[in-house]
Amino acid sequence: MHDSAQDDVTTMTFEAFADTILPGEKRFPGDVTVAGVAVGGGAVASGAVAVLRTDEGGMAPALDNLAEALNGHAGGYAAERGLSLDPAVPPFVALSFADRTELVARLTAPTHPERDIWVSVAMFSTIAFDAAAHLHTVDALADGHPGMTTMGFKPPEADGLWRFPEFSYGRQLARPHPDTTPSGSPA
Amino acid sequence: MTAIESTDVVVVGSGFGGAITAYHLAAGGARVVVLERGPWLTGQDFDQDFKFGSSSTRAFDFTIGDGMSVLAGNCVGGGSVVYFAAMPRAPRFVFERHGSIGRRMWPAAISRDTLEPWYDRVAEALPVTRQDWSDVPYAGGLWAAACHHAGRTANPVPVAIDNERCVNCNWMMSGCRFDAKRSLLLNYLPAAIAHGARIRPLHEAQRLERSDDGGYRLHYTVVDDVDYRVEVGGGAIDAKVVVLAAGAGATPVILQRSADTLGPMPAAVGRYFSGNGERLNTAVIDEDRVREVLGLSRSDGVPYEAYQIGKGPCVATWDRLDGSLPEYLRYSLEQLYFPPGFGTILAQVPDATGPTWFGAEKKELLRHWKSWLTIFTMSEDDNEGVFGPPPPTGNAVRVSQQMLGRGALRYRPTENTLRGWAASDAEVRDILERDGLARVMPWTNDVVGAYTVHPLASCRIGDDPATSALDDRHELRGHPGIFVTDGSAVPGALTVNPAMTIAALAERAVPAIVEAARQRGVAVRYGAPAPDGATAARDAVLPLVAGRAGR
Ligand SMILES: Cc1cc2nc3c(=O)[nH]c(=O)nc-3n(C[C@H](O)[C@H](O)[C@H](O)COP(=O)(O)OP(=O)(O)OC[C@H]3O[C@@H](n4cnc5c(N)ncnc54)[C@H](O)[C@@H]3O)c2cc1C
Repeated sequence: MHDSAQDDVTTMTFEAFADTILPGEKRFPGDVTVAGVAVGGGAVASGAVAVLRTDEGGMAPALDNLAEALNGHAGGYAAERGLSLDPAVPPFVALSFADRTELVARLTAPTHPERDIWVSVAMFSTIAFDAAAHLHTVDALADGHPGMTTMGFKPPEADGLWRFPEFSYGRQLARPHPDTTPSGSPA
Repeated sequence: MTAIESTDVVVVGSGFGGAITAYHLAAGGARVVVLERGPWLTGQDFDQDFKFGSSSTRAFDFTIGDGMSVLAGNCVGGGSVVYFAAMPRAPRFVFERHGSIGRRMWPAAISRDTLEPWYDRVAEALPVTRQDWSDVPYAGGLWAAACHHAGRTANPVPVAIDNERCVNCNWMMSGCRFDAKRSLLLNYLPAAIAHGARIRPLHEAQRLERSDDGGYRLHYTVVDDVDYRVEVGGGAIDAKVVVLAAGAGATPVILQRSADTLGPMPAAVGRYFSGNGERLNTAVIDEDRVREVLGLSRSDGVPYEAYQIGKGPCVATWDRLDGSLPEYLRYSLEQLYFPPGFGTILAQVPDATGPTWFGAEKKELLRHWKSWLTIFTMSEDDNEGVFGPPPPTGNAVRVSQQMLGRGALRYRPTENTLRGWAASDAEVRDILERDGLARVMPWTNDVVGAYTVHPLASCRIGDDPATSALDDRHELRGHPGIFVTDGSAVPGALTVNPAMTIAALAERAVPAIVEAARQRGVAVRYGAPAPDGATAARDAVLPLVAGRAGR
């Protein structure tokens, strides 16, 4: 059954997580999931939640449970720190950017028992930003995809294919190893 | 159940170890069936696209382990389809290494000299050629200039690339749609098919048992062509001889799973795994310093900003490939491009005040992505990888429809390995931070463990039965008629890109496989020319085979 309240909690929670991985500027006044600590779009604007929800990624069926688990960790973290959280939003969203960062660092640390899961979520968040894995790359670039545009990923030629006719300094720039064999390999 | 298919030789995997043996056996007259777990993609199937479901995920297997993650090919042609085609031969000292066992790891029969004619066969077949400086993209040129500035030598590496066709798009990890990369799809595999070999894509070998006639029965599943987690069929095939070439991350798992039906495996099956001592450093280049210190400038006046342009690794410094240096301190440093979609997450922020691999400072690092330069260390590790119990199927529990899975490989780098990595990190920093050219940080090992695209040695050749699963003819000890010819057979780290050596060993293994097939009544003979008919390298090895394998 479709539960839109749960959808909202899950979306908000993972937006806040993805924004911790590669932060962006707030998308609109009152944006609570994006903390707004960076200039330009981050993982959220780049489509992190869409990537997490793709059938291909394999994470989608687990997301509601993971959001609940993450919010559980956020609640525990807040209690440990004596923070009082805004009850109007999911606990992870209610954390400050610094606290989100600290919690994500703990959850992905080599010794954390659930690290595989949280590393995977971090990986999908990063892939949204650096590769727009939910979109054809040509379309993503044409639409000004925030992550790939920030990185300066060069667009294709007019036929949609990448080619770089100018690619080389075109001259010898070092002395080859004196023992190089005739096949061009090390001796 | 329907009648079980039967053939002379079944080959598992269609990468270097599989394609080369399949070709020679088919050309020699054997009936050959190749099972390949991945799809069969060619030319136009190779998308320049990072979207899930394009060739950039279809053709890959990324298995996260405990302390080591392995990236490998998953398609007909195996790693040759997705690799960077840098094809150097391994330096002489590598064959003399002792590694963790206190004696020479390689069989006495193999040295650089004795492997040379087999390297020549591969060089003729693909072919592998030298590159000129005019073939070297900006990133390789920059690395060369920085090495020179720091008093080091640097070489354009030999490659299996047709530079006439190459457009330097740097999409080669998704497969080359211009057929410039000379993958196995362009040489050994079509030649094998021309000689009657049958290739079955999406067929994943699971386990072996003995058949009634003294041969083997191989059980496989058929996987869905989009969602590799879904099994759409299965079956078994009988063969007189089995060639396992599923790659070093997969071959030992098939054997582990077969121990119940085949009987005990040699102790070295699934042990001594090496990641080829791989390690990555990412530098963020100061564009002004490139102009001021190195005098480099592109035609448009921009000094560099060219991480995206090129064809993978093109220039390496081999100064530390010096046999007189102590073991574990010898390595090559090769310029590399690693595309987005896994190519940025592990890069770390220099002087980070917060987390190094994510967060606000990481985003700023990505803002300079055009000015990145990635340097690849290939060092001598300690063969410290061990495979745990096999997953129910394949070599991993698949998480995503394609590519991502979790496997049972455990890797804890020893002090030796860590020392090599630290020395190479320091050297990369010395070269690239000199005179303010760049800031450099190694990739973190704290996220998915260490990381390799060069899995090796998990089922290796050797003379010592306690520490090698295969004899020096690549036959599995205690299980005659099963041969392993992929990267798992290589005894240890090579300090250079491994595919040339894997391929040369596969070439060298063929006569013994032919011999074994003949003993089992197969009418096969060794001696095929190169896939395109060239004969010089073939003629050079025939005297080495005289009196064997039908010669
Ligand atoms: C991105 C990348 C770049 C690389 N660049 C270079 C480079 O520039 N130079 C270099 O020397 N090396 C490079 N390598 C490494 C090189 O590709 C490998 O060393 C080489 O392909 C290994 O050959 P192999 O025969 O051992 O196995 P592979 O080529 O990996 O072939 C194994 C095949 O077996 C299949 N398989 C696995 N399990 C099963 C099963 N159960 N049933 C059926 N089939 C199965 C796989 O799908 C695969 O096709 C690179 C690797 C990667 C991933």
